[in-house]
Amino acid sequence: MAVDLEKIKIQALEALESINGLDGLEKWNVIYLGKNSAIMDVFKSLGTLSKEEKPLVGKNANLVKVALETASTAKEALLKQYAIYQALEQEVIDVSLPGRRVVRGSLHPTTQTLREIYRVFGNMGFQIYRSQEVESDKYNFQLLNFPPHHPARDMQDTFFLESSEDRGDDPLMMRTHTSPGQIHAMREHTRKYPADPPPIRIILPGMCYRYEQITSRSEIQFNQVEGLAVGKGITFGDLKGTLSNFARRMFGQDAKTRFRASHFPFTEPSAEMDVGCFLCGSEGCQVCKGTGWLEILGCGMVHPTVLMNGGFDPEIYSGFAFGMGPERITMMRHHIEDIRYFWANDLRFLDQF
Amino acid sequence: MKVPISWLKEYVEINLPLEELAHRLTLAGLEVEEIRYVGLAMPEEGGGETKITGIGWHPDQIVVAEISEVMPHPDADRLVLCRLNDGKQEHIVLTGAPNLLPFLESGKLDPPLKVAYAREGATIMDAYNETDPNAQTTLKRKKIRGVESYSMTCSEKELGISEEHEGIILLDHDAPTGTPMADYLGDAVFVIAITPNLARAASILGVAREVAALTGAELKLPIIKPALFGDPIQGKVSIVIDNPEDNPRFVLGMIENVEKKPSPYWVQLRLKHAGVRPIDALVDATNYTMLEIGEPLHAFDYDLLLKRAGGKTPQIGTRRAKKGEKLVTLDGVERKLDDFTVLVTDQKGPLSLAGVMGGAETEVGPETRTILLEGASWNYVNVRQTVSAQGLPSEAAYRFERGVHPELAPLGVSRCLDWMQKWTGGIIAEGLVDEYPLPPVDPTVELCPADVQRWLGISLSSQEIADLLKKLEFEVQVNADQLLVTTPPHRLDIGEGMIGKADLMEEIARIYGYDLIPENDLADGLPEQVGNRDLELEEIIRDRLAGLGLQEVVTYRMTSPEAEARVHPPDQLDQDRRYLRVANPISSDKTVLRQDLLASLLEVVERNRRIRDRIALFEIGPEILPTQDKSGTVERSRLAICLSGSRGLSSWQGSEQQDMDFFDLKGLLEALLEGLHIEGVSFKPDAYPSFHPGKTARIEKDDRILGRLGEIHPQVKQNYKLPAKPLAAAVLDLEVLLEMIDDLYEVQPIPVHPPVLEDLALVVDEDLPAQDVQNMIEQTGGNTLREVRLFDVYRGDQLGEGKKSLAYSLVYQDPERTLTDQDVLAIRNKIVLRLEKELGAKLRSW
Repeated sequence: MAVDLEKIKIQALEALESINGLDGLEKWNVIYLGKNSAIMDVFKSLGTLSKEEKPLVGKNANLVKVALETASTAKEALLKQYAIYQALEQEVIDVSLPGRRVVRGSLHPTTQTLREIYRVFGNMGFQIYRSQEVESDKYNFQLLNFPPHHPARDMQDTFFLESSEDRGDDPLMMRTHTSPGQIHAMREHTRKYPADPPPIRIILPGMCYRYEQITSRSEIQFNQVEGLAVGKGITFGDLKGTLSNFARRMFGQDAKTRFRASHFPFTEPSAEMDVGCFLCGSEGCQVCKGTGWLEILGCGMVHPTVLMNGGFDPEIYSGFAFGMGPERITMMRHHIEDIRYFWANDLRFLDQF
Repeated sequence: MKVPISWLKEYVEINLPLEELAHRLTLAGLEVEEIRYVGLAMPEEGGGETKITGIGWHPDQIVVAEISEVMPHPDADRLVLCRLNDGKQEHIVLTGAPNLLPFLESGKLDPPLKVAYAREGATIMDAYNETDPNAQTTLKRKKIRGVESYSMTCSEKELGISEEHEGIILLDHDAPTGTPMADYLGDAVFVIAITPNLARAASILGVAREVAALTGAELKLPIIKPALFGDPIQGKVSIVIDNPEDNPRFVLGMIENVEKKPSPYWVQLRLKHAGVRPIDALVDATNYTMLEIGEPLHAFDYDLLLKRAGGKTPQIGTRRAKKGEKLVTLDGVERKLDDFTVLVTDQKGPLSLAGVMGGAETEVGPETRTILLEGASWNYVNVRQTVSAQGLPSEAAYRFERGVHPELAPLGVSRCLDWMQKWTGGIIAEGLVDEYPLPPVDPTVELCPADVQRWLGISLSSQEIADLLKKLEFEVQVNADQLLVTTPPHRLDIGEGMIGKADLMEEIARIYGYDLIPENDLADGLPEQVGNRDLELEEIIRDRLAGLGLQEVVTYRMTSPEAEARVHPPDQLDQDRRYLRVANPISSDKTVLRQDLLASLLEVVERNRRIRDRIALFEIGPEILPTQDKSGTVERSRLAICLSGSRGLSSWQGSEQQDMDFFDLKGLLEALLEGLHIEGVSFKPDAYPSFHPGKTARIEKDDRILGRLGEIHPQVKQNYKLPAKPLAAAVLDLEVLLEMIDDLYEVQPIPVHPPVLEDLALVVDEDLPAQDVQNMIEQTGGNTLREVRLFDVYRGDQLGEGKKSLAYSLVYQDPERTLTDQDVLAIRNKIVLRLEKELGAKLRSW
């Protein structure tokens, strides 16, 4: 009997060796481990054996059965693995084919630039204040130290609105800058805190309008972000520090700034802040017109008349203000040469942001 | 302001490279936009921070030469040959300059003609390059009509002076032959942007003052010493000023025996560099002096004044014009005047528009022998009003509008008379007639070092502050910690008291150097942080919409009523719309402020429909309209959305090509509202002029209208030339939307007990809104019914006429326990019973 068992085992394992598919393994399992298999026959025949033989044969037969089962399981794993390998070899795609296109929306480039400005100033404690686009001469000009017929009005050609009653020297107009918001904000603030008002730190974003021919360099409407800080002991040095910090956050840690004297009726002293051209590393390029500098914003210490008009005593309070154009900044960053793109809303332009 | 450096150097020494000077001026507020080289050697390294243009004249190759004879060309009528000496040798030079033709028959010229001569190999501007105005060319030897040519006599265009190319430059007779042109007339011009407060720098002398203050060089004031005086002017003219506020000072001078002739070439050259066209020596003298000193001048023909006065002494007066009064100005235009215009008059009537333009009748002409020269100061407001009413900007008015100090008037008159005498001959009458009823008070401002610390953040001693201000010619008295600063008598931009203090801060900062003021962090206390909820939510809505695949656009807020009318079908025009009108529209399509954001958006669709099939846009922006009582304006914030074209984007594997419609936009809005956690919004049939009457919904919550949604009316689509396919649009009231957003919302725990799923199909009347069925199922199902989703709408014969089937999938789930079949059946029966009873629904058997 011992010889038979060994033979059964060898025969079965030899047969298993030649199997190369899961179907074949199935059949092999039936032939060599099934009800009518030789090994099962051995178990069936145990009853015919003597008391002495029975345990020994039984034990050996079991060893063979376990060995065959183990071999079958191992073979099955091998075959499955092989099947996977085979499938992997066949399932090759052309990864260079285009992906299935997904609809992508995007925000207007100005919105994106505005948000960056909000974020940088927000981190410095500047809050956002918005006011109306239709203004009066008083708020747009007079309270900002542009008296009627002031020559600086030449720099801000104005769209006036018809009004039903005669408003004299206070006609309605489309605001030419967001600066009237400075007066609104300061007056609200000093009304709220009539005695010893706490500091103000705000930015004032919004659409502004100027009577200019629409060309690649000039538009009748444009956004502006104005800033205002008022408190006790704010100096021109604070203005420089704050705006240089802004430039570094907005245009890169290496951004250089330069302040040069300028003129705005509502600030004194006034300045323009240039930023070292971030496109050419100040080497001189088309965008900076070879100067290495980009004009980014106008700024200055709030004029005492404007502080007074806002309800602050200029002997005690001081402050600075600044204003910049998000479209201009967007144009410089993306080398956009035509400002008309912004409101033309050609999707071939907007898609790129 | 264009400033030739040669001219500037007459008043201040310049010891640093021009690029460095440009840098310093720019930082101090006189922005040098460009340095245009006209002859001086250009920097090899480029301009650094300043734009550089123009040409340098090579000192060995472009020199002063003299022509001793102009001879005919053997073969060509239009060409001549010149016998020319360039200081080294004689050349025969070929030229076609028409201004040499008159000398053809003259034989040997004495004195010889002085010209700018370019030797062989010289680089000059290429006068024949039409495409590139900056193109240069180098002279090479060649034969023209059989005569060898290797050099040339230059035109102004060839030397980069002007566009003049008709004739060659004829220099003054005293030009030194053989001298490099660069040394003789080479120049560079600073193009400086003058801000409105810098009127004092709108002259060569004014810029020189700034240069002196910034570089420490000494200012050299012009010395006026006329050679000879004639009879005194006293008695020949009188002045009466009506209103000193309008005319604080009026000065007259006189020169007799003048002659009309061209100015010396160097004068013409400087005027051209400064952007002023030379006319003749008399006119040029007034312009030259205005540019030099900053005082605009006006010359009258004195003999014509005498004639007008009938031989009596002319009485010059200044007064306001009467409304409707007329004057023919020297441009030949008859002008109707306003009562804000100030006139210069004589006994007969108006002579000129004060500070703006002279009159035609008393204009200086070829016959003029005696000139009465006016230098005055005027109130800037009248000048500005007149300039804008008459549309007459001028160099003179530009200066008066910004303020000319009255102290400049006699200086300007004397200087100009001096130039007239030098350039045309003549005898200057002794003295001036000077009416000065209202001298300005040059403000004196008190200042202390603490002020400088508080404003600028730098600590300077009293003496240091005084030294800075003295550079700008302020008079300063230092008294320990107090400074008394008096404004010099050539500027009008320093105020009194607190304002004067601020003005001085700018002067201190400019001269100290903006770049040297240290940068600080804002040490002032941080204000209370309150945020801006509306803007923050608006930005969240923008993000959500972009996330849902929409493109944000921003449109013009100015439109025309005609353009906006297109948003309505022709028979539903809103005739009563009252617009805010632009009083001075820039074009006929931008005459009013928009009242319909949807119209703006449809214009964007119109513009893009040829480029894109799929269009998905939104804009958040204001509609601006008058208030009901017309007294004010309202800016109402709106959100508009347009959706059209294929649902998906095309792909090589095929895609969802079906056109989007009402339900795509409704789904999008539902997703938006869900994302904003606004619940309980319903969509009800409604009417809206721009929308298809059968495909319009009102979006509301708790009886508050949030906006409207629909498909654009076919006739409106026609108005915008849009194709027939559906165009879904929505207009939402952003203010209402923002109010509906709760900052806080609750979330439900994830259920642990298994759900029971079941479908429910109901047959209802066709006109019953699905929303009503949905609402009733949800209400009746209570908390256990977690989800009700419509998955099919079916119409068919077996349902009967006027019926539809709505199939819902329901999810029951109890947070506390596992539901039994009996639990679910009970709820379901309750729902079906109520639907049957209240809505006439029938359960549909499958």
